[in-house]
Amino acid sequence: MENNTKIMSVRDAIIMAMSEEMRRDENVFLMGEDVGIFGGDFGTSVGMLEEFGQERVRDTPISENAISGAAIGAAMTGMRPIVDVTFMDFIVYMMDNIVNQAAKTRYMFGGKGQIPVVFRAAAGGGVGSAAQHSQSLEAWFTHIPGLKVIAPGTPADVKGLLKAAVRDNNPVIFLEYKAQYNMKGEVPLDPEFVLPIGKADIKKEGKDVTVITYGRMLERVMQAANEVEEAEGVSVEVVDLRTLAPLDKESVLESVKKTGKVLLVNDAHKTGGFIGEVAAMIAESDAFDYLDGRILRLAGEDVPIPYNQTLEAAMIPNVERIKKYILKLVNNR
Amino acid sequence: MAKTKSKKSELTKEKMLHMHRLMLDIRNFDHKVNRLVRKGVIPGMTHFSIGEEAANVGAIGAINAGSDLITSNHRGHGQSIALEIDLNGMMAEIMGKATGTCKGKGGSMHIADLDGGNLGANGIVGGGMGMAVGAALTQKMKNTGKIVLCCFGDGACNEGTFHETLNIASIWKLPVIFYSINNLYGISTPIKDVINVDYNYQRACAYGIPGHFIEDGNDLLAVYNKFEEIVQYVRDGNGPVLVEAITYRWLGHSTSDPGKYRTKKEVDEWKQKDPIDRFKKYLLENKIATAQEIEAIEKASEDAVEESVKFALSSPEPSLESAFEDIFAD
Repeated sequence: MENNTKIMSVRDAIIMAMSEEMRRDENVFLMGEDVGIFGGDFGTSVGMLEEFGQERVRDTPISENAISGAAIGAAMTGMRPIVDVTFMDFIVYMMDNIVNQAAKTRYMFGGKGQIPVVFRAAAGGGVGSAAQHSQSLEAWFTHIPGLKVIAPGTPADVKGLLKAAVRDNNPVIFLEYKAQYNMKGEVPLDPEFVLPIGKADIKKEGKDVTVITYGRMLERVMQAANEVEEAEGVSVEVVDLRTLAPLDKESVLESVKKTGKVLLVNDAHKTGGFIGEVAAMIAESDAFDYLDGRILRLAGEDVPIPYNQTLEAAMIPNVERIKKYILKLVNNR
Repeated sequence: MAKTKSKKSELTKEKMLHMHRLMLDIRNFDHKVNRLVRKGVIPGMTHFSIGEEAANVGAIGAINAGSDLITSNHRGHGQSIALEIDLNGMMAEIMGKATGTCKGKGGSMHIADLDGGNLGANGIVGGGMGMAVGAALTQKMKNTGKIVLCCFGDGACNEGTFHETLNIASIWKLPVIFYSINNLYGISTPIKDVINVDYNYQRACAYGIPGHFIEDGNDLLAVYNKFEEIVQYVRDGNGPVLVEAITYRWLGHSTSDPGKYRTKKEVDEWKQKDPIDRFKKYLLENKIATAQEIEAIEKASEDAVEESVKFALSSPEPSLESAFEDIFAD
């Protein structure tokens, strides 16, 4: 057991997680557009072709339907494919295979067969790519029974949860954030560092207000929480969901009961977004009786992501707005 | 009655009688299901393989049962039975019983037999194509020597997945046979009205792979012999093949089909090309089997189907709790 850690980027944590799993299990392989010599559209497989060869770092045609179908069929028959979807927007071309096939096959077959496949999708905006290359579509998948959905927000969580996703015997949608591939943090080097799917992480303890978030927004929520704490003396608890399906309801409700005030933050569109589901879950639970204010959501605006950088930035929650919402809750305004 | 054009086969008597039995099982099973649907015993959606028995049994008879793999489609009864699924479990499944192949959760459109090599019927037209390609990728990566037979209808050839999967299978030289069972109609739409070539098998040239045509898909030996050759080609590592067989479904698309799009005359003409009658005649004329032997097979098939109904009717309903099970693997 190695206890060492290293400061590395999300990108390098992804490469490390996949490479370790491919060394551990010969059934694991990576497939997708440009994963080979190009090293992945976001550089998330640089060096892997050289180590594992083109059978296991498998370049594909631009055929999302065939890629997803082939991954599912390979998974059903004993392989453990990782699919580099590249931009999450392109997963829309894979929807039939993911929603109608992968999610339901085991159930429809009365519990026979399993589909251990991971779809790694680069979500969110922040890189000036406009409306067809900037979406966070996690809510489409959390709606479907039979899928697991993971959206980590730190390099260490990316490594530990991607490895867990590869080892899981079910279809997993794994969100990466294209604006955060260069984000750095401390990452355990232990090849057995695997985090549990379905467990939230309290990224910061506090007593006055709970902020629930995941994925790309974690970084901004943490900054906002630290700044209001320093400037206003407000003690903020940050619940990082990390896994959206299955959802760690217990950790969420425990924190809500502790602080009595809840703000939920995600970068996806507000209407029908995943934090709305978490808000409803809180409102229906016995934690409702502990609330002493409204449940607030801060989400991406309900508009396609515009190209102009100023406009794009204004469509997604930022640190200032998160702080404003925290104070709104604390002051019961 | 149309004559079978096949040369005298080198198949063993045992194999031929076995294939005859499987065709009878398909016919008897689906006639029984149809009656049970009309009596209200079977509530769900079903699609029948009656008339298409030779196209199913001839193809699946040429692969290695129990080792090679198939993917199937919504009209999958014929394929499941041709791959020798347990009829009791299948009938119980279609009745939605706990003892069914899928514990009553899949029904007619999701019959599967993973241990037997059937990766499942599919309710999405073209839905099995990606899976077949993936299963073939596994065989290639693990060098198993097994092949995959991907069965679909003529209608599926106009889905986008047809193009993507044939292309990817051809560039990767995967051991998969794409098999279009052309029964001339997609529900009510004649296939001729929705393609701009004469037949779908002609599209194989777009992928640089062989396209094979079985003009008389109701001739069991014609189907079998063509498939024997194709199976060998694919097993030898030459990559995928597209095959098309012409056949006809005697019944409607599903049990809710009024059948207004085709004439009684047309249906009757096709019934004259009954694959089962024709093969029976072949067996008798060539003195491969006696009338008594064939009668015994016919009786055994009817009995097996009756037995499956008894088994299904006496089987328990699934528990309500079971609806919440089997969503995720451990």
